[in-house]
Amino acid sequence: MAEIINMPKLGFDMAEGVLVRWVRQVGENINKGEVLAEIETDKATVEVESHFSGVVLQHLVDPGTSVPVNDPIAVVGAAGEVISNSSLVSAESKPAAATSTSSEKADTPKAEQPAELPITNIQLPALKASPLARKVARDKGVDLGAVVGSGPGGRIVRRDIEKALAAGSTLNVQPSTPSAAPAPDTSHFAPRTFHADESIQTTKLRQAIGRRLVESKTTIPHFYVTHEYKMEALMALRKQLNGYLPDGEKLSVNDFIVKAVALALREFPNLNATLQGDKIIRKGGVNVGVAVTVPGGLMTVVVKDTDQKPLRQISSEVKSMAARARDGKVKPEDVDGSTFSTSNLGMYDVEDFIAIINPPEAAILAISSAKEVPVVENGQIKVGWRMKATISVDHRISDGAEAAQFMQALAKYLEEPIRMLA
Amino acid sequence: MAKITMREAISQALMEEMDRDPAVFIMGEEVGVWGGTYAVTKGFYDKYGPERIKDTPIAENAIIGGAIGAAMVGQRPIAELMTINFAFSAMDYIVNQAPKLRYMFGGQFEVPLVIRAVGGGGRQLGATHSQTPDAIFAHFPGLIVVSPGTPADAKGLLKSAIRSNDPVLFIEHATMYQVRGEVPEGEYLEPIGKSKIQRPGKDVTIVTYCKGLELSMKAADDLAKQGIEAEIVDLRTLRPLDMGPVLESFKKTNRAVVVEEGWKSYGVGSEIVSRIYEEAFDYVDAPIIRVAQKEVPLPYNRALEQAALPQVPDIVAAVKEVLK
Repeated sequence: MAEIINMPKLGFDMAEGVLVRWVRQVGENINKGEVLAEIETDKATVEVESHFSGVVLQHLVDPGTSVPVNDPIAVVGAAGEVISNSSLVSAESKPAAATSTSSEKADTPKAEQPAELPITNIQLPALKASPLARKVARDKGVDLGAVVGSGPGGRIVRRDIEKALAAGSTLNVQPSTPSAAPAPDTSHFAPRTFHADESIQTTKLRQAIGRRLVESKTTIPHFYVTHEYKMEALMALRKQLNGYLPDGEKLSVNDFIVKAVALALREFPNLNATLQGDKIIRKGGVNVGVAVTVPGGLMTVVVKDTDQKPLRQISSEVKSMAARARDGKVKPEDVDGSTFSTSNLGMYDVEDFIAIINPPEAAILAISSAKEVPVVENGQIKVGWRMKATISVDHRISDGAEAAQFMQALAKYLEEPIRMLA
Repeated sequence: MAKITMREAISQALMEEMDRDPAVFIMGEEVGVWGGTYAVTKGFYDKYGPERIKDTPIAENAIIGGAIGAAMVGQRPIAELMTINFAFSAMDYIVNQAPKLRYMFGGQFEVPLVIRAVGGGGRQLGATHSQTPDAIFAHFPGLIVVSPGTPADAKGLLKSAIRSNDPVLFIEHATMYQVRGEVPEGEYLEPIGKSKIQRPGKDVTIVTYCKGLELSMKAADDLAKQGIEAEIVDLRTLRPLDMGPVLESFKKTNRAVVVEEGWKSYGVGSEIVSRIYEEAFDYVDAPIIRVAQKEVPLPYNRALEQAALPQVPDIVAAVKEVLK
């Protein structure tokens, strides 16, 4: 399977890099970790390594070309492999590693791709093919996208079409008579539309989020524990309870989770805490914060003494505070005093994610979607409801074992939700 | 068929036409008593006398201007320029009078004039006497520009030029007078405005003319040893340009090199390449390469002069490049 090598992002503010030199030429073997090319950023000249072992099938850019970050630069695959768009596996989830060769090594951060900016579309640059190759491909019904160019710079020339025809695997339409030749489908190599950059003024809220979370992520040693919960009982109980409740007062899955978190925190006071100098302050009250999306950012509304409130009250408070937050009419007490935060992306069909601790708290719980999935129970495959949650914890306050035990304690409430009604 | 030199072939053409038509006469610097700078008209003075073999002052504008006048009143002058570089002294007559008189006078006058001019480098004659400005002259509608690459074509084309009722600039190459080739004896005409396949091949088309033909034929021999069969199209006439055989060949090979001795920029090759792209775009399988003179005034120093002129290895390399 051919793999695409992309222009790596070698610095937070790196937008593009100039491909200085191809170290490996088309047709040469390359092993994973070996240097494929040299690129130049604003800060340094660095080597780009291949993430795959195989043969360099195609250079997609010429030396001297400036290439936007994450745009494809080369294709690596098996010798003689015919590249087609469908056979290409995007390397988006495997950002190129880079080793700095300049003296400014320290200034060049390692390859990193922000998790919230996934690349969803890998587009090949316009196909290079000679006019004759295009005509022959058109006449014979050969899909140019399925042909490897052997000419200079990977250009597809007539012999490549003939080779592909001989191989017989690239026909995409019936050969047509010249007099009735249909217009070629050039859509897949049409030039890309240029979209100008846009400058957006950040809001005060956005700036505050930025400041707080940069401080959190750079000063708090986060660690993470993920647990998968069986949700059948909770889903059933919720359905049952909601059967008794009027519209507007129905309980959400999150209401159960907030209550469960509060009850579990009562058992693990170390995670309901704040670090002050050389002391850990275990908070008396358990005030669970719920992250709410608002225009221009997010806010955390707080349910005071969550562990002592019934589900309906928790639900009602969260609803009204969230509404005020979204309307910009939030009260100071709505957002003040949380001792532990939760962030729920369940409504967005999320498999799993991790959150950044909301200082000065000790931990935060990231809750993903409850999904109907095949599960194995007693050697049998059956349909079950599963939900993953990941806790991020300040390692200065707690350790993995404690966090894992907390997640187990949480399971007790989520998987036997009747406990929450007691 | 007799194998004779280019010089002899041109001489033959001139003599045959002078014998055939008493209106034909020759004028130029040292063409008479001396027998021509390149000895093309040796013996002519004795045979035809000063009435038909006219030595002129060293004044190119007078030579061409006088010849145009003679042509307009019914003579068929052959004006010789010792080198084409001197044509610049007669530029107005060559590009602004001769080609336009028929047009400007509504067809009342014809200008059956032949200007023979010696062009090209390689004889260490320095920057001002070694140029190949063919493209400049081929730029002007109304002026026929012919430049043969073989003795047979020289004879056949020159005879046709002399019989043409429109002005013809006939460019010969200074280093090719000794080139030998089979030339039909007696009446032998080659049509003006017809390109010709001089060597058949199937892998690549080399488009060239004049000195470039000689070089390209040698390059084709080298390439043949490497299994590459080059087809060589000889333009022979730069205006009117016959693209027929060029396009026919290119549609077969899909790859081409254009060889000329003049400078690359704004040259004959530029025109040929453009025409191919315009008229055979769907047959292009690789960028077409031009082999031409380096963009410098041609040096006097032999080594530098040879380095600046296109050579056989340049053509071989260009062919291999377009075949990549």
